[in-house]
Amino acid sequence: MLGKLTLSAIPYDVPILVGTFIGAAIAGLAVVGLITYYGKWGYLWREWLTSVDHKRIGVMYIVVALVALFRGFADAIMMRSQLALAYAGNPGYLPPHHYDQIFSAHGTIMIFFMAMAFMQGLMNIVVPLQIGARDVAFPFVNTLSFWMTTISFLLVNVSLFIGEFSQCGWLAYPPLSEQQFSPGVGVDYYIWAVQLSGVGTLLTGVNFFATIVKMRAPGMTYMRMPVFTWTIFCTTVLIMVAFPILTVAMGLLGLDRYLGMHFFTNDGGGNQMLYLSVIWGWGHPEVYILVLPAFGAFSEITQTFSRKPLFGYKTMVYATASIMVLSLVVWVHHFFTMGAGPNVNAFFGIMTMIIAVPTGVKIFNWLFTMYKGRIDFHATMYWVIGFMITFSIGGMTGVMLAIPASDFVLHNSLFVIAHFHNVIIGGVYFGYVAAMNFWFPKAFGFKLNEAWGKRAFWFWFVGFYVAFMPLYVLGFEGMTRRMNHYDNPEWHPWLLIAEVGAVLIACGIVCQLTQLYVSIRDRNLAENRDLTGDPWNARTLEWSTSSPPPFYNFAILPEVHELDAFAHDKEAGIDTRQAGGNYQPIHMPKNTACGFLIGAFSFVMGFGAVWYIWWLAAVGLIGVIATVIARSSDNDVDYYVPVSEVVRIEQEHTHNLMAAQAAE
Amino acid sequence: MAQNMTADAAHAHDEHHESPVVFGFWLYLMTDCIIFGTLFAVFAVLRDQFAGGPTGHEVFELSGVGIETAILLFSSITYGFGMIAAHENKVSTMRTWLGVTFLLGLGFLFMEIREFSHMIAEGNGPDRSAFLSAFFTLVGTHGLHVTCGLLWMAVLLFQTAGKTELNERMIGKLTCLSLFWHFLDIVWICVFTFVYLMSVI
Amino acid sequence: MADHISSSGESHGSVGSYLTGFVLAVILTVASFGLVMSHAMSPAGTGGAIALLAVVQIVVHLIYFLHMNGSSEQRWNVMAFVFTVLSVLVLVAGTMFIMHDTAINMMSR
Repeated sequence: MLGKLTLSAIPYDVPILVGTFIGAAIAGLAVVGLITYYGKWGYLWREWLTSVDHKRIGVMYIVVALVALFRGFADAIMMRSQLALAYAGNPGYLPPHHYDQIFSAHGTIMIFFMAMAFMQGLMNIVVPLQIGARDVAFPFVNTLSFWMTTISFLLVNVSLFIGEFSQCGWLAYPPLSEQQFSPGVGVDYYIWAVQLSGVGTLLTGVNFFATIVKMRAPGMTYMRMPVFTWTIFCTTVLIMVAFPILTVAMGLLGLDRYLGMHFFTNDGGGNQMLYLSVIWGWGHPEVYILVLPAFGAFSEITQTFSRKPLFGYKTMVYATASIMVLSLVVWVHHFFTMGAGPNVNAFFGIMTMIIAVPTGVKIFNWLFTMYKGRIDFHATMYWVIGFMITFSIGGMTGVMLAIPASDFVLHNSLFVIAHFHNVIIGGVYFGYVAAMNFWFPKAFGFKLNEAWGKRAFWFWFVGFYVAFMPLYVLGFEGMTRRMNHYDNPEWHPWLLIAEVGAVLIACGIVCQLTQLYVSIRDRNLAENRDLTGDPWNARTLEWSTSSPPPFYNFAILPEVHELDAFAHDKEAGIDTRQAGGNYQPIHMPKNTACGFLIGAFSFVMGFGAVWYIWWLAAVGLIGVIATVIARSSDNDVDYYVPVSEVVRIEQEHTHNLMAAQAAE
Repeated sequence: MAQNMTADAAHAHDEHHESPVVFGFWLYLMTDCIIFGTLFAVFAVLRDQFAGGPTGHEVFELSGVGIETAILLFSSITYGFGMIAAHENKVSTMRTWLGVTFLLGLGFLFMEIREFSHMIAEGNGPDRSAFLSAFFTLVGTHGLHVTCGLLWMAVLLFQTAGKTELNERMIGKLTCLSLFWHFLDIVWICVFTFVYLMSVI
Repeated sequence: MADHISSSGESHGSVGSYLTGFVLAVILTVASFGLVMSHAMSPAGTGGAIALLAVVQIVVHLIYFLHMNGSSEQRWNVMAFVFTVLSVLVLVAGTMFIMHDTAINMMSR
């Protein structure tokens, strides 16, 4: 009846997990209690959970990403503490089977649920506004994507308290991840979480590609598209190419485990090396899926705070597009040591070095944008400059790893860990935080506190170097990754330094939370409010509407005459909003619970399948199909906003604008 | 403000964007194409890993594959006739052609299930060897798509029951399913060529 | 009424075009099966020939059943398709290249 699920699956004998559970339960009850106390359940359900508004979905994505960051970082600091302790006979406080789950969960959560969710949140908030659209091409699919990501993250967290998580690293290489060597449910949790979130990401890719191709404002040709939109455009292309490959890789591993097939097993003609080739066919484009939007955000921020148009817009676009294409032909550099001959390794090594060229072009573009600009050293700009330094170092160590001969020395060592954190923290994470600081006033109507933003930056920046530079050294000293304990006295001091770095990063995260708290507390102070909708004197269309924008974004769709449409309109003195213009009824999608329901049923299906509770999985699957059919039969999916409503909202904004100008 | 007013009137209605549904579905099909591409790559790597089990030559029956191919080809053209009727707003004709397509799809699925169950009964199931794992997964994924297509077709037949004319949304749905159905036929060309025929040469 | 949907990027054929496509597809399919079943050519030659026939048949299906053409409203559909085909080729050829080279180098078969 309950498949593999028994009481012994609850880890009540592991103190760390019991403590975590109590903490999570108290926090959860507090949130539930507060929502109930203030009577906000109806509001939450109607205005957020069932919303098809891309801005709200974007905010919810970022909330999920911040929770995932918290969980993933807790894993990280536990690993660093274990390695600071577990030396010369001391086993540390984490036994191997627990430690292995932690590093697997850390990687899985940080990539799939922190970075991917953050990225999708940013593209949701910014892209439709930036191209002058009222919503995405498929608003319902958008809420579905969000819920698929969220329930997958929930599935990973459920594995903390019911059963176990994968112990096979974040990519679950076979044969270790096969039934023979991992008979528990950990790998099944991993497979279902990744598979379901992959569906959500794939749909986001399709949705935003269609949005950018079909819904740009009149006059916005491709070469007038803002750079952030361009990078999202290339990212969605990569999502559409790469995520189906991940689906296949997870599917085949699942078939091996559930139906006893022989794709990657030791016997029966299986070939584990094939898994490496397939999964990295997704995995390499994935890192560019993450970093291209960060590049886009850096471009927008640099030009805004340097008070200059971006240097070399066209080269930026071509560089982004060439990275998009090249990222599809470099995947072997993740497994040079697998045993392929020099032909294969040389080809992919050279392609990897070539991809560094367009990335270098971008760095120079940002530098030349700043050159002779009137740079405003705003907190947002700190992250950009910190990125340029850190990412350049990470890129150079990447080129070292791209040389097959040196990769044979460095492969699977902490050097690799240092390298990819160098580019993912220094590139992706700094980029997303900069973007959050930059676009926060657009989403909420008030600015983030700058002092706490700068403190967060310095802790993150210094903490990153203290935490990860020692790992380069340890890599050269031969320390391999995923090690639970060690005896080499030379490694110990470096690991202690790395632990200090992790603590500094923890301070950075605390500063970020404080920044959020302080900013929300002081949101009504005059200097924090964004009444004009254009707090940074920026150049692109999202700043031409109010902050936060009305749910229909633009009362009258803007017309684009040039690159940096809003800057052009401001210079020419054109009233972009056309306040008091000839308004028309606006066609908008209705909110729907279907995305939430499909997500909930998918969760039931995934949980049932993980524990071999087949009737439960069947209930989930039938629920998903029934909801899809019900949605397809529903003809009441949209409505028109009457002109009177538009006029009311627009007049209110005009009134606020005039008040703001009077105050100046 | 006068020129402002005319500018407003020029793009006053916001419905100048054509419906992106068919384009979006096409993009989804492209991602599906990559799923099949990856499965073909896996099959290509594992196609000679028999692990002492049977080779393709021993387990494939070309006559059955020929009939399956014929059924799919016929179903493509019957769906096409259904779409022509749909564009002419002849609902009952469209439903008849869709019904014929549905039956043909069911026949294809029946043939495939029969082939699979024969192989499994003889001990040549997907857990026999890597070659058979790859075969069952690739052909089975196509079969699963056909099943989804049939379910979808049934839903559309149900939704158009008793209708005298088709609105734009319904035509959009029929168009998407037509793309899906013809796309599955293209995948089948690759299946019979690279899986069945290549294995028995 | 008949042509008001064509703006969605999808043109639709006539009975004649469907029949043309069908006849061409049948000829190509029969040729493939016939080549294999009659053993008329060497194995390598047959393999090459049926692969070629498959490519031609895919093009026939694309034109006559999926109504792909060079018109401007289909620009993005065609571009997406071409990029997908390119990606699939990279994926299939790349995987075969890597796995074959590995097998030779490791003397695993």
